[in-house]
Amino acid sequence: MPYAEVDVAAARAHGTVWGLPNKHYDAQVAHRLYNRFLDELEYGEELGFDAVSVNEHHQTAYGLMPSPIVTASALARRTSKVKIAILGSALPLRSHPMMVAEEHAMIDVISGGRLISGFVRGIGAEYHTFGVNPTFSHDRFHEAHDLIVRAWTEKGPFAFEGHHYRVSYVNLWPQPLQKPHPPIWIPSQGSKETIDWAAHPDRRYTYLQTFSPAKVVARYLKMYRDTCAGFGYAAKDSQLGWAVPVYVGKDDESARREAKVHFETFRNVFVRMPLEMLLPPGYTSRESLKNVMKAKAQMFGDVTIEQALELGLFVCGSPATVLATFKNHWQEMRFGNLLVLCQFGTLPADLTRKNMELFAREVMPALKALA
Amino acid sequence: MNFTEAFVEVDGCKTHLRRGGSGEPLLFLHGASGAPAVMPFMEKLAQRFDVLVPEHPGWGQSDEPEWLENIHDVAYFYLDFLKKLNLKNTTVVGSSMGGWIAMEMAVRDTSRLKSLVLVSPAGVAAPGVRAADIFLMPPEELVRNLFVDQKLAEARLAQPENIDIALKNRHTTARLAWEPRLHDPFLPKWLHRIDVPVKIVWGRQDRILPVGLSDELKRRMPNAQLHILENCGHLPHAEKADEFVDIVCS
Repeated sequence: MPYAEVDVAAARAHGTVWGLPNKHYDAQVAHRLYNRFLDELEYGEELGFDAVSVNEHHQTAYGLMPSPIVTASALARRTSKVKIAILGSALPLRSHPMMVAEEHAMIDVISGGRLISGFVRGIGAEYHTFGVNPTFSHDRFHEAHDLIVRAWTEKGPFAFEGHHYRVSYVNLWPQPLQKPHPPIWIPSQGSKETIDWAAHPDRRYTYLQTFSPAKVVARYLKMYRDTCAGFGYAAKDSQLGWAVPVYVGKDDESARREAKVHFETFRNVFVRMPLEMLLPPGYTSRESLKNVMKAKAQMFGDVTIEQALELGLFVCGSPATVLATFKNHWQEMRFGNLLVLCQFGTLPADLTRKNMELFAREVMPALKALA
Repeated sequence: MNFTEAFVEVDGCKTHLRRGGSGEPLLFLHGASGAPAVMPFMEKLAQRFDVLVPEHPGWGQSDEPEWLENIHDVAYFYLDFLKKLNLKNTTVVGSSMGGWIAMEMAVRDTSRLKSLVLVSPAGVAAPGVRAADIFLMPPEELVRNLFVDQKLAEARLAQPENIDIALKNRHTTARLAWEPRLHDPFLPKWLHRIDVPVKIVWGRQDRILPVGLSDELKRRMPNAQLHILENCGHLPHAEKADEFVDIVCS
């Protein structure tokens, strides 16, 4: 949910939209954008998408959604069939995970059991904005998760004695409608530690690889399957997901022409941030951090739409091209969930709707038939 | 002066220790970037003192113990360290985060301390004085900001860096000092407990922890001697070694 009318020149000059001074923010513009994006999400139900997704980012023009709870709540009342996926709530950034348990439970109950609960750690930049210590990020995430799942599933009151969170009386009103609890999805940029945790037989959570080159997606989804096999069970396709920006046009040439500036602004302005902001100490293992430092030139340089298509970082073209691309990837990866980012960067409302329509009518039915 | 290198085990933490010279013990507590080598000021101090330069738990070649969660853990660790090595009448010299550790030790127990020398110490915040954000600075910019004399910065940047140790040091710094950033809000109210002589040394042009923080320390410790060095950045012991050693020895 970007601040799509951002002053791109100002963002470029600042080096990143993360921490871009909010003198560049206009509430009237935001009013228009929020209502536009909510309309688009609601339109997703009309077009027959299985789920619509919201997420969380803070103090940035990259996303106007510091609380996905607010948008998911609005959608819970304005839709009736579509699943609502919060991908996800940034657990370690919350001062108290019990609030997450309560808010997700409310949305699940209000929506009649349509919530998919995603849990994330928040991105590196958010450890700077919140002041939460990134070296405790994993510990806080795991402990917050344990508290939330117990609060959803156990009869209260009971005491929760953690290292980071201690609650004398856990006694949730309301507990969720779905039993034992809403499905839990774990979006990730790719991490062995996250996969080991999500794939564990006690959890079997859906692992969602986000905005990565197709090769990287394939590598991590395979790692997930292998990890499940190591635990002695076969992963279901429904445990695997891929989130990727997509643009469908009338033909390949016009699709690329329409998407080019908006995708490149998304990738090279909205997503970009300095290494120190992206990966504060402890946010990843030091080995991962070293690998990123080695790949720095590639990760932090500009990417053109042509390069992104080559990498499979973006899928764009005629309905036939997009369908063929996903069919090929599906043969290899067997992801049970495909999350298409139909709006990215500065993509305007008319193109976003056209994109959604073409995808829903001319690509989605054949993809659904695969599974 | 030859410094020996060894490991000592304290609180289950294998701790790398350089030691040289003779006389009363002087414990040097390094700052966020560690103490990877013997520096000229250590050699000079070793003519007068038995100089001990450990690498803190979580830094350099020392272990990263599971118990290491906050600055208080490090303070208790060093009190145990003094006991284990049976050091008495110890002069504790702490730079930056090391100065913070020295104060946290001294509010708890000064029985093995002779005096404190706080060198541009972290640990205490002051209204209106903003420390640099060392976690947002790219590594090269951080090194440049340590010194007034950019030749010293160039020399440090020219040294080969062990990336594993640099990341380890940065990790532990974050663990102990991310939030509250580089200080302990509960420390100032107990600084009056420090009943040994205190010297405070600061570079006038410190771009990491501005010299204005020294006013707050003086307010909390009125008997402390304050030495402000001109044309000097965040590391007076490195940038003005002779003046610095004179202050310690005076």
